[in-house]
Amino acid sequence: MKAYDIVIIGGGPAGLAAAVSARKNGIDSVLVLERDKELGGILNQCIHNGFGLHTFKEELTGPEYAARFIAQAKELHLEYKRNTMVMEISPEKVVTYMNRTEGMQQIQAKAVVLAMGCRERSRGALNIPGYRPAGIFSAGTAQRLVNMEGYMPGREVVILGSGDIGLIMARRMTLEGAKVKVVSELMPYSGGLKRNIVQCLDDYGIPLKLSHTVIDIRGKERLEGVTLAKVDEGGKPVPGTEEDYTCDTLLLSVGLIPENELSNGMGIEMNRVTSGPNVNESLETSIPGVFACGNVLHVHDLVDFVSEEATAAGKNAAEYVRQNSGAACGLDGREVLPQKAAIELEAVAGVRYTVPKTINVERMTDKLTVRFRVGAVYKNCYVSVYFDEERVIHKKRPVMAPGEMEDIRLDKAKLLEYPDLKKITIQIEEA
Amino acid sequence: MVKINLICIGCPMGCPLTIEKEGSNILRVTGNTCPRGDAYARKELTNPTRIVTSTVAVEGSDVVRVSVKTREDIPKDMIFACVKALKNVRLKAPVHIGDVVLENVAGTGVDVVATREVYSLSDPG
Repeated sequence: MKAYDIVIIGGGPAGLAAAVSARKNGIDSVLVLERDKELGGILNQCIHNGFGLHTFKEELTGPEYAARFIAQAKELHLEYKRNTMVMEISPEKVVTYMNRTEGMQQIQAKAVVLAMGCRERSRGALNIPGYRPAGIFSAGTAQRLVNMEGYMPGREVVILGSGDIGLIMARRMTLEGAKVKVVSELMPYSGGLKRNIVQCLDDYGIPLKLSHTVIDIRGKERLEGVTLAKVDEGGKPVPGTEEDYTCDTLLLSVGLIPENELSNGMGIEMNRVTSGPNVNESLETSIPGVFACGNVLHVHDLVDFVSEEATAAGKNAAEYVRQNSGAACGLDGREVLPQKAAIELEAVAGVRYTVPKTINVERMTDKLTVRFRVGAVYKNCYVSVYFDEERVIHKKRPVMAPGEMEDIRLDKAKLLEYPDLKKITIQIEEA
Repeated sequence: MVKINLICIGCPMGCPLTIEKEGSNILRVTGNTCPRGDAYARKELTNPTRIVTSTVAVEGSDVVRVSVKTREDIPKDMIFACVKALKNVRLKAPVHIGDVVLENVAGTGVDVVATREVYSLSDPG
């Protein structure tokens, strides 16, 4: 069986950054497997600008951002296969993939980086009553049709969900001559970035109806219209608030789900909140030597943070390969040193989850970024971090919203002062 | 004096800006975290501009559309004219990032440039 030190599943922003980082950290034998016909992942269809302010200190479009990493990958002579679908990964890190030229193949990896990204929640997950006519698309599908295939999905559009892709598509469809009548959001706040509300909706006079949802879909062959209604605090439609809209297209921007079929197949321990793997400070999953980064780990808002996370994952995978060459395969009979019990990170009081979930202080970097999301909109609140019972971080935040990922940084030197620490709690506290 | 509230679109932070204005005179911008916010607020109230992104048709490759952008921001009221002008543009592969797709789009003085690599069928990269 062919063997590689590191196999990276996915050639999008996460996979590319992980691959570049693994190579820069001294590992020559790296392979990227990508199912699409080109590298770059979802960035290729995100033709709008606003990417890369953190990473490159300039505002790039999605394809330009991807191209920067693809250029680095090519410069480093990274090996990659396109049009290649990974079918299965065994817990022993045997990767089974398939493509048209090689058929079905198996390779042995010493370390695996999971970077499969995410997919869109579909209509089937929403339980909207009504017919099932043509004309109902996920926003990302419409984005691919318009931006890459050159097809317009329709002319009169209603958008359900105010996630960033929905907002971006409201503008894109408008520019291409469609009439976007309304964006309807079930929650009392938008799931997208504030600036996208300004530059995608307000700029074009597209109304955003918060606490509204689609309660009926009409049309048998092609969509003819939808009914919107206001919802109460429990999310139930309020009788008497129904409004009919004629439209031939309904776009759904109702959430993204990490694509973890391969991770589940390996028996990796998953997180019920993120739908991604639980990882430690090294972004390593419950299977040693299997790392995860980007949207497969937890859905991000900004690709810059995906790149940052993936760079860390690639570096950690490289470190794992160096430390475990031989030992991992049990060849030299070296005993694995017992590791100190990891510190648990607990998300409570408004914090929905944390990435990572556990920390082994000895293995952490000097400054470790812990990313999390809040469960509701908070104004003038504090993010507090407790080491067991002691509050060690108390940071004021003017606004926090579920649509915008938050982070805090943990200091290794500080953590070393607490040798018996068992639990770190992150929570939101009112002012 | 009037107070105007804007959300900065300079970066994903989306700072809430407050602009104090006397007639056409901008007295003070507050709420911004960085200088981009101040610049955005002043421009937005006098000459609002945007970067425009779209796609144009391309032949001779396995991709059929090339993503493009205005090299700089153009006046907001020229956005639709810009997109319309791009409707008739047909490119031939190969196309490289930064290649000028259309000069001086809709008389704005700003060029539209390609934002992706398009390889020709004979040299697929």
